[in-house]
Amino acid sequence: MTQATPIRKAGKIQVTQRTKATQTMQLILWSLVLFTLIGPFLLNYEVIDVRAAVSMTLENLQMMFLQPALHQITFSTALFQIVVTLALAFLATILGAIMSFFLAICSAKNLAPKGIANVIIACNSFVRAVPTVLWVLIFAIVAGLGSVACILGMMLHTIAYLTKAYAESFEELDDGVLEALRASGASWWHTIIHAVVPQSFSYMVSWTFLRFETNYGVAVAMGAAAAAGGIGFELFMASSFYYDLHEVGMITYCALVVAMLLEGIALLIKKRLYTAR
Amino acid sequence: MMTARQTWTKLLIEVGETEAFGNLSTVLEKLVETIVLSILATTTAAFCALFCAMLGSRTTQINAWLGFIVRMIASFFRNVPVVAWALVLVISFGHHVITGYFALFFSTFGLLVRMFIDTIDEASSDGVEALNGVGATYLQMVFKGVLPETLPQLLSWIFYMIETNIRSATLVGLLTGTGIGYLFDFYYKQLNYEMLGLITFVIVVVVFLIEWMSNRVRRIIS
Repeated sequence: MTQATPIRKAGKIQVTQRTKATQTMQLILWSLVLFTLIGPFLLNYEVIDVRAAVSMTLENLQMMFLQPALHQITFSTALFQIVVTLALAFLATILGAIMSFFLAICSAKNLAPKGIANVIIACNSFVRAVPTVLWVLIFAIVAGLGSVACILGMMLHTIAYLTKAYAESFEELDDGVLEALRASGASWWHTIIHAVVPQSFSYMVSWTFLRFETNYGVAVAMGAAAAAGGIGFELFMASSFYYDLHEVGMITYCALVVAMLLEGIALLIKKRLYTAR
Repeated sequence: MMTARQTWTKLLIEVGETEAFGNLSTVLEKLVETIVLSILATTTAAFCALFCAMLGSRTTQINAWLGFIVRMIASFFRNVPVVAWALVLVISFGHHVITGYFALFFSTFGLLVRMFIDTIDEASSDGVEALNGVGATYLQMVFKGVLPETLPQLLSWIFYMIETNIRSATLVGLLTGTGIGYLFDFYYKQLNYEMLGLITFVIVVVVFLIEWMSNRVRRIIS
């Protein structure tokens, strides 16, 4: 270090260095703050009585969370609908996982030619950019509103997500193993079956479960927004058709318990994933 | 035989003459609303989440019980389905921007608290120990030790949430009748597939742009 630390003010030493990274970071922070301040004025408001709305919301939330009760459906129906939602998520995840395995071996950089890999990656980022609801509704044009469209739409997103995750875990494979297999005359499929799959199997299972957790949340949303059935549809019926907030509360609690359970399992898996690395 | 250039021009003119293209201004207006909404919900939620993450993280918590309570509250907020928030809020706020804002805010808040806590726990235990060793106060420890170290990661989470929220905003909009989701629903029920195509395309472009921007920023700051 030939350059002395510049002293800016009396008694104060400049501790942080002004690199490009810190400058960009400050710029972004300030622009985000600025946008937050001017953002509310960019929106188009209609007239609304905020005080009445807020007090009504609090009342509604109190009804929902503090006095949950079931009126239109029984508890066993709610449980059954949760199983339906889980089944939707499960099917979408499993079908997606199978397809993304094949796509991932075609898009991992150490296994596939660059051209094919790039095409798959580009298609995936397009699929990911379209919201799941839109995919589900687009499929519903062909398949009709319901669980088939829901599974197809969710599957598409799952494929886009899992292909990336799988391909990344394939790329972490030891090159030496692949090279040794290739040198001893193994075909492409041999390397996949005997080196790639055994070594990255636990990663693949973990990623698939993490996606299953996400898909559960998505399946609840799809039940409400795209009539895919399950607990989300009951939620939609309870609030938009019966205006029964007690029931909305009870259904929310049911969905919440399952979501928290799944999150707990996912957390354990994530911990294992990180310690394994 | 037409040249490639002529074909493209013809195609562009044809696209320009479609009915869907005439409605572009309506779509763009709703799109801007959706973008502003998702950024606003993310930034305000990030601000609140930062405080909660400080209280909830194991390295920076003041009190173990308080930390546990904060983590439970965050877990509650992120696991209640967005749909439930949207459907309850729409009863009192009606088809209004605020409905979408709060629905996004609650779920984003829950998610960001979890991500921020993970980031703080992972990154900063050594720095915190050193600062505590030389007798720094709690605020000094947070502002000089934890924040500078984790800021790039926190920012990249915020960008990720903005991107996610644009997609969620479509869902919330569909349920509550606001933003671009409402427009999609409107034309969906009219079976106007040209407009659906346009709306989907516009959303894809915006998500791509944000992804590209956040990738560039991430590369500079990390």
